[in-house]
Amino acid sequence: MADQTAASIEDASPAEIRERYLAQTRRKRLYSGMLLAVFVALMAGGFITADSRNAGGFWDGLHRIFDFPAGVIAETVEKIDRMPANLVKFFPALMETINIAAAATLLGALGGIVLSMLATRGMARWPRLIPVFRRIMDVMRAVPEIVIALVLIFVLGGGPVPAMIAIAFHTVGALGKLFSEVNENASLKPVEGLASVGANWSQRMFLGVVPQVAPNYLSYALLRFEINIRASAILGFVGAGGIGYELKNAIGWGIGRYDEAAAIFLLLFLTIVVVDQVSSYARDLLTHGRKKEMLA
Amino acid sequence: MTLAADMPMDGLKTRAEALFRRKRMVAIALPLVLLAYLVYALFAFNVPALLQGASLENGATLIRDSYSYKTHVTRDNRSGEVTFAIEGERKGEYAPGTHPDWVTVAGDDTITDLGGGHLVHYRAEGVSYEIPGYGTVSAQPGNGGVNATFPDGDLPEWINASKNRVTITTDAGRVTITRNRTEVFRYSLGWELFFFTLDSPYHGMGPGELLSHALSGEAGAIWHDFWNNAMWRHGDVAWALVETVLMAFLGTFGAAIVALPLAFLAARNFAPLMAVRFTFRRIFDFLRGTDALIWTIVLSRAFGPGPMTGALAILLTDTGSFGKMFSEALENVDGKQIEGVQSTGAKPLLRYRFGVIPQVTPVLLSQVLYFFESNTRSATIIGAITGGGIGLMLTQAMITQKDWEEVTYFIILVILLVFVMDWFSGWLRRKLIGGER
Repeated sequence: MADQTAASIEDASPAEIRERYLAQTRRKRLYSGMLLAVFVALMAGGFITADSRNAGGFWDGLHRIFDFPAGVIAETVEKIDRMPANLVKFFPALMETINIAAAATLLGALGGIVLSMLATRGMARWPRLIPVFRRIMDVMRAVPEIVIALVLIFVLGGGPVPAMIAIAFHTVGALGKLFSEVNENASLKPVEGLASVGANWSQRMFLGVVPQVAPNYLSYALLRFEINIRASAILGFVGAGGIGYELKNAIGWGIGRYDEAAAIFLLLFLTIVVVDQVSSYARDLLTHGRKKEMLA
Repeated sequence: MTLAADMPMDGLKTRAEALFRRKRMVAIALPLVLLAYLVYALFAFNVPALLQGASLENGATLIRDSYSYKTHVTRDNRSGEVTFAIEGERKGEYAPGTHPDWVTVAGDDTITDLGGGHLVHYRAEGVSYEIPGYGTVSAQPGNGGVNATFPDGDLPEWINASKNRVTITTDAGRVTITRNRTEVFRYSLGWELFFFTLDSPYHGMGPGELLSHALSGEAGAIWHDFWNNAMWRHGDVAWALVETVLMAFLGTFGAAIVALPLAFLAARNFAPLMAVRFTFRRIFDFLRGTDALIWTIVLSRAFGPGPMTGALAILLTDTGSFGKMFSEALENVDGKQIEGVQSTGAKPLLRYRFGVIPQVTPVLLSQVLYFFESNTRSATIIGAITGGGIGLMLTQAMITQKDWEEVTYFIILVILLVFVMDWFSGWLRRKLIGGER
């Protein structure tokens, strides 16, 4: 096939080649244009639909967008002397949110490590079951946290544990997939070496694979920790405790407790920014710092 | 000579030993630290108290309801009227004069067969429940209480009796007798009325029969009855799913459109002015740091509940994420291609269009599509807060703590939706990026 086209191009005159090239370009442009038109139509249609199904319209709300933040800020400025006390008051709730995220990331990462190894070719304990473990990870990744959290809140009652289990469940699937991609790139020679001296599967994995992939694991786990803090704050809003729950109460109260809402906003914002910056610095160190060390 | 060779060897040995010692310490200390943290979390979350307070009964109800439904057979003890209703809901009520086929009406005796020999009689003079292996419980509810008589001996655990209320819970079903009302719950397998409610003429028809009706020109009516099913609300559910995808779609792609030009201003090689770069990076950090939760709350005050609010919340958060990712991708572009385009005399805008965009498109597109899929999941949660989409229906069904089969249905739909989006974004990624290479 390729030879034929090459031959026909050799036979063709420059004018013909030029003609073909222009035709191809036109066709490409037409397809791109059609794709763009479909996309624009979808965006516009979606915007109109969403706008009509919203309680307040987009254009009506646009000028009111700063009313709520302005109200919150005004009240906060008025009661600025209470701010330190509020920050201290909600700090335990923030700790709970962070603890939920940390414990969930930890448990999720441990589960993800085991599942990812069971689902990687060359490392799997039962090679035939690799597709099964992959599907398990897909399903765990697909289930939104809120579904599990709400069911567990019904059974276990409100509190941090349902949120932790829900986030950990999702994390196992999400990290398991990323970890198994890392595993694919790990060298299997240490594993074979360990196998030759009679190490069992867990020893082979723990001593042969984990040292190779630990920095990448850690980097992904840090990224996940950041995502999980957000998730744990949101789940608190739905009834799982922590800072989200306090935020819901403060907001639900309305004017009069906006200073508390502002304190919570501030705590949440600072936490996310700090974790984001620290984790991006640490991840950079883990992946790039390592390379430099190896090159040197 | 030998001394000189030995010295560094010794030094190397001690250093290696120290390294091993340190590694061994870390290998033991790290799991210990993790364990200590988990123990701390155990107490911080008050797990022991939680386990005590856990309601296993709720869990059992949830699981049983997810695959079965119950029909209430209710007798008004004042008027003597008997009604049959699925899940005890008005929209699941049997029309007067009709009843499920496990009920026999013989004169004024209504016999409910709970299966396995469990029979409940509603008679004018009272109610009786024949329990195999135990005996017959009978009661004459009226003035002065329930007036129940039980077989001889101590009452078993599964009968809860007081003057005004008797509850009998067996494997076959549940009977509650009060002065005003006698109620029997009969559990059956499946999701009843999933396709058609009882008031539809198509209820109880098989697929073949339905097909023949559809072919004879009733397809529209059949569809109407299914779509407007009052129990399962298929039309509303479909809309909710569309709304959820819509939130993710508008949010993700809107964010990409907003973030792309801004990313140029935050990339080192396109914005030489440090102050501009710094400003836009901080804007991205702010958008990202203010979580979707906060954006949702702020925006719902301005726009009210609905999919638009959710879409805008996703848009704002993701503009921050995309801005950061896009500017990083732009910093990694190859300068040669831009120079090449420049050498043909292209203006800056054309240089970006033909020198930069083709280089970064595959990276950006795959990131955007990945976010699209993950935002479908986020949209479920945001919908629960801002009041739109399948997330709202799910939370509402959960809060009523009654229709667990509906909750199961929604959960399955959500998971299927995420699966479909995952598959779709992967397919699109392969089509668009594979096609361009």
